[in-house]
Amino acid sequence: MLIVPTFIGVTLLSFTLIHLVPGDPIEARVGERGIAPERLAALRHEFGYDQPLWKQFVDYEVQVVHGDLGVSLVTRQTVWSEFLTLFPATIELAFCAIGFAVLIGIPLGVVAALRRGTPFDYGLMGASVTGASMPIFWWGLMMILVFSVGFGWTPVSGRVSDMYFVEPWSGFMLIDCWFSDDEGACRSTLSHLILPTIVLGTIPLANFARMTRSAMLEVLGEDYIRTARAKGLSGMRVTVVHALRNALIPVVTVIGLSVGGLLGGAILTETIFAWPGVGHWIIESIQRRDYPVLQGGTLLIAIIVIGVNLGVDMLYSVLNPRIRR
Amino acid sequence: MALLEIRNLAVEFATARGRFRAVDGVDMTVEAGEVLGVVGESGSGKSVSMLAAMGLIGWPGKVTADVLRFDGTDLLSVSPRQRRKLVGKDMAMIFQEPMTSLNPCYPVGWQIAEALRAHHAVPKERVQHRVIELLEQVGIPDPSRRAGNFPHQMSGGMNQRVMIAMAIACKPRLLIADEPTTALDVTIQKQILDLLVDLQRQHGMGLVLITHDMGVVAETAGRVQVMYAGQMVEQQATDGLFNTPRHPYTAALLDALPERAIGRHRLPTIPGTVPGIDDRPAGCLFSPRCKFATARCAAEAPVPQAGVRCHTPLDDAGAPR
Repeated sequence: MLIVPTFIGVTLLSFTLIHLVPGDPIEARVGERGIAPERLAALRHEFGYDQPLWKQFVDYEVQVVHGDLGVSLVTRQTVWSEFLTLFPATIELAFCAIGFAVLIGIPLGVVAALRRGTPFDYGLMGASVTGASMPIFWWGLMMILVFSVGFGWTPVSGRVSDMYFVEPWSGFMLIDCWFSDDEGACRSTLSHLILPTIVLGTIPLANFARMTRSAMLEVLGEDYIRTARAKGLSGMRVTVVHALRNALIPVVTVIGLSVGGLLGGAILTETIFAWPGVGHWIIESIQRRDYPVLQGGTLLIAIIVIGVNLGVDMLYSVLNPRIRR
Repeated sequence: MALLEIRNLAVEFATARGRFRAVDGVDMTVEAGEVLGVVGESGSGKSVSMLAAMGLIGWPGKVTADVLRFDGTDLLSVSPRQRRKLVGKDMAMIFQEPMTSLNPCYPVGWQIAEALRAHHAVPKERVQHRVIELLEQVGIPDPSRRAGNFPHQMSGGMNQRVMIAMAIACKPRLLIADEPTTALDVTIQKQILDLLVDLQRQHGMGLVLITHDMGVVAETAGRVQVMYAGQMVEQQATDGLFNTPRHPYTAALLDALPERAIGRHRLPTIPGTVPGIDDRPAGCLFSPRCKFATARCAAEAPVPQAGVRCHTPLDDAGAPR
């Protein structure tokens, strides 16, 4: 039921903020060439930008409630179809970044907890504070500078080299190139993914490592860990089966909550790496004052974040038997 | 040969204010098929010394002993891997808080099965059957359904029964029960104690019963050790201990039992508190609270003689010698 205020809040916020920015779509398209004032007025009237703001907002809300997100003022394609075309690229990147953060962050947190008070622990926690406060745009540029420009190991931008054409069957480049049986395309796709994944995954990685460490430290002091040791189980089994399983409950919450921040980070990452996803698309829509795209895109991302949080709540009950029915 | 033999056991913890000796020079022998009661106040080192025997003292604790032997195996020199083969199989332990001693994420039957699988106690296909059998043995009604329950779906008494089932799953020869009834209702306490004693008789296990309840000791134990501030101060057969306590601390503890103070105006107490890390006396640790203490007691630490750690043990009439 919270969906209604969230919906109004998100659309109102994106609507207000973009209208606070000087200029409208028509001026943005005209650019420096200039336009006759009568023509400008006529066009504004045609698109309804001469209406009072509250009327424009209410009209937009009514339109959205009817399931119509409108048409991009730039491409004349519907917002919905553009979103569907671009979204897989964002999911692919976000998925890789989360996977990277989980697969590295959680084991690091576990080891830090097991070796609490050692130089490894202090070093890792220091690094994670640095990682969590890393500005994405700076970090992205540094990675490009070192690995793309310096060593020449990875490409600078895009999803796949222009040399290859991959049939966009699912929209997920990794899946599409896998089925295309083109080894070069696969390799190119992977090498294009590496830097954006690391850049986008760094902040969540640092957060997961710290969260896992503190959750593990708490769980390792619990009575049932002593019981597990008293059974004569190996240290590995006590750590993974008994401790980590319990420590994951708060960590999963953090993973879920980080999805919102991740999509925000994706906007920056996609812009740096010219990654053709929704983040890139939304940034461009701001520059072009493409109101329907900006508002529709923001709304769709908000809905996805809500959906993910709902999914996390459900996963939480799977992990934690105490809140199960 | 004794089942469990401990000589001069010490457990130290590194604290911010230096090292603290939680257990200091404890000797203990448990024979097969015997019930040994270990009594003492909270913080007297009863649990810690038994955890040390089980190898469950982790960082920052440090365990030292002259002898620490289980059934002929030297526990001080065995590898952790070999020790894990004994712990949970031949020597098992149950704890004070049943509600927090079981892992909340797994069904209780699974947790019992894990103990069976870890020590290959029964063939794989018999594990589930054995779990049900064990739950039945510890008196859990409808065991096949209960096996699928999570700890939070059961009462404290039921969970302690599960803990007992887990501990006896591999038919241990020594069972250490660390205040198994402290967290339970009085009626449940009685049931759990009866269950433990029954199982001990059936299997001929050695049972170490850690408690601060003298009544529990009187009912169940054949022999009693009394601990104070990390040291063992007296050991005797149960009858002897209750009738003719030799250590002034034991005598004072018994005097403080409400059932022994009938007709008196006030319940006798022991003045003062157990010494902590900062105020350990130079001589006998009990001397500041002892009504028979002499100058020698304050200056010189007594060594155990004939089962009593005292310069002036009490005679049959309760007077210092």
